[in-house]
Amino acid sequence: MKTVYTRPKTLKPVSNHYCPGCGHSIIHRLVCELVDEMDMRGRIICIPPAGCAVLAYNYFDFDVCESAHGRGCAIATGFKRAQPDRIIFTYQGDGDMAAIGTAETLHAANRGEKITSIFVNNAVYGMTGGQMAPTTLIGQKTTTSPYGRRTEVEGYPLKITELIATLPGAAYVARTSLANPVKIRETKKAIKKAFEVQISGAGYSLVEVLSPCPTNWNMSPREAFVYLEEIMEKEYPLGVMKDNTAKKDK
Amino acid sequence: MRRDMAAKGKITINQGLCKACELCLTVCPDEAIRLSDSLNEKGYHPAETAKESCRGCALCAVMCPETAIEVYRE
Amino acid sequence: MNKKVLMKGTDALGEAAIRAGCTCYFGYPITPQNEVPEYMSRRMQEVGGVFLQGESEIASINMVLGAAASGMRAMTSSSSPGISLKQEGLSFLAALELPAVIVNINRGGPGLGNIAPSQGDYYQATRGGGHGDYRMPVYAPAYVQELYDITMKSFDVADLYRTPVMILGDGMMGQIVEPISMHERPEVEIPPKDYVLDGAENRPSRIIKSLILDPAEMEEHNWKLKRKYELMAHELPQWEEFMAEDAKLTIIAYGTAARIAKGAVKRARSDGLKVGLLRPITLWPFPEEAIRSLAKKTKLFLVFEMSTGQMLDDVRLAIEGRVPCEFYGRPGGVVPIPQEIARIIERYWLQKEL
Repeated sequence: MKTVYTRPKTLKPVSNHYCPGCGHSIIHRLVCELVDEMDMRGRIICIPPAGCAVLAYNYFDFDVCESAHGRGCAIATGFKRAQPDRIIFTYQGDGDMAAIGTAETLHAANRGEKITSIFVNNAVYGMTGGQMAPTTLIGQKTTTSPYGRRTEVEGYPLKITELIATLPGAAYVARTSLANPVKIRETKKAIKKAFEVQISGAGYSLVEVLSPCPTNWNMSPREAFVYLEEIMEKEYPLGVMKDNTAKKDK
Repeated sequence: MRRDMAAKGKITINQGLCKACELCLTVCPDEAIRLSDSLNEKGYHPAETAKESCRGCALCAVMCPETAIEVYRE
Repeated sequence: MNKKVLMKGTDALGEAAIRAGCTCYFGYPITPQNEVPEYMSRRMQEVGGVFLQGESEIASINMVLGAAASGMRAMTSSSSPGISLKQEGLSFLAALELPAVIVNINRGGPGLGNIAPSQGDYYQATRGGGHGDYRMPVYAPAYVQELYDITMKSFDVADLYRTPVMILGDGMMGQIVEPISMHERPEVEIPPKDYVLDGAENRPSRIIKSLILDPAEMEEHNWKLKRKYELMAHELPQWEEFMAEDAKLTIIAYGTAARIAKGAVKRARSDGLKVGLLRPITLWPFPEEAIRSLAKKTKLFLVFEMSTGQMLDDVRLAIEGRVPCEFYGRPGGVVPIPQEIARIIERYWLQKEL
């Protein structure tokens, strides 16, 4: 029998610390598959966030540099400017990317920084115990929005990906979801495209991945994946919001 | 010709990694996976092969957050 | 070779950095240090280095972090409010043991304060400033030549000890124009940078991190850093003594305050008063041994700072009550003239019957 699916080489053969049904571990695997398939191990550097994925270096078998909360895109900028021939990507959660790191993210995108951001949106602060995130849905209960997010008090879900898509420096911007195997494959394709865009030098690339957090959503993994598809994808529509390289092809 | 007539597959599950999220069960078109009665080291009832109906479609492996599943096909 | 050129402080700083092999500069405008990023934006282009104006001081110091983790000699500069924003980054640089040079052109504070020369950031600079149990070498040059030399040296110290290094000056230091000799970088053997992240080509992957959840391991990391700081405390202290050998009254002052004090010492000497000066060049590690040995000879210390008294603590800790210690301060950006300090010297001379 031939092997159809096996663990990527750059995903260390260890058990991960993520909760059952967490999307982070799926995205980790997709990234590692791409690192293997695109032969990037010797030239890729990851900047993980402060958040659940801070421990990504325990799983990625390539160079990883920790970042303070939200500073990923600034650190990635330092790396990329110092080593323009390397492939640099940030891996960030919603708090990291869209709250405390908004300035770093927007400006890196606007400079057309040749880096890639993988933005994992699960609508809560996971690591700290399920507090409200900038991306928390209206009405969604979290430990700091116990009555549900109210627009008059907590404002609206921040669509930073749409914001970034308006910036000339952003070359590829897409939102995908992990809700089912087809969408997971789409996610992998989008991340692949984002890396290719970086390698081509076209500019900043961003893939927002809608991802479940069963623990902090107080759901079983099964329920969380249903919620992801039926509720969260309504607020955050999937698709490629921008692809400068496609225009050039035409 | 139906796909399940065309190919025969097999999966191996690294039960030590499994956290019993059941996502593989939800996506398996062949009902080839179930949860084991026994517990693994983490205290979960890990996924195991249920019957020989696997086509090797790999949807379970694509879904598995633990990268615990390897898929083979004839 | 010895030909001297007239140079402004900020330009000397920038030129020294470039000649020390600094290839990456990241900054953000704030007065009174804008001449540094302006100089670097011009020169980095000429030498093929990286200049980038970040969107904030926070971004700039984190860009420095990325460049330092890439193995580059990296620098950022700012002034007091901006340095406050960089403290998070400084704590991370210290924790991750990454080399970098940070320039603080200290202005009047707290808050927005003003843009005049001040020494109000002494505590922030010498006590770490950011969170956690760490230290950072702090150099306080007083002359443009010294600023040039210390800038070069700072990059070596940063690489030798794998630490952020701060150069603390003020608008006076930055703006003053003096003749300097622009020598090339001294030969210093730097250990191989085996921590650099450059893509794990043909080697095991590397991690740069400071998250250590196990308290026992974190304690070990803290003690490891502490051993490094003790080594620095032993090897780095630097100071200047001026007419201190036979002084009955010894002024202790650094940076711009020391320049003013030197003028006052000269005036007092011309009046026949045996007055001297000790000028710490490293504020951390503090030259406490030098002060202790002067405490055996002098009758009175007078600490002069352009603040309400911060280095004063370190002086008192150093002399351990052996000799009385008085203080004179002008905070808020006021720059007194040497006559004013000379009058204070005279007053103490008479009051204490020296």
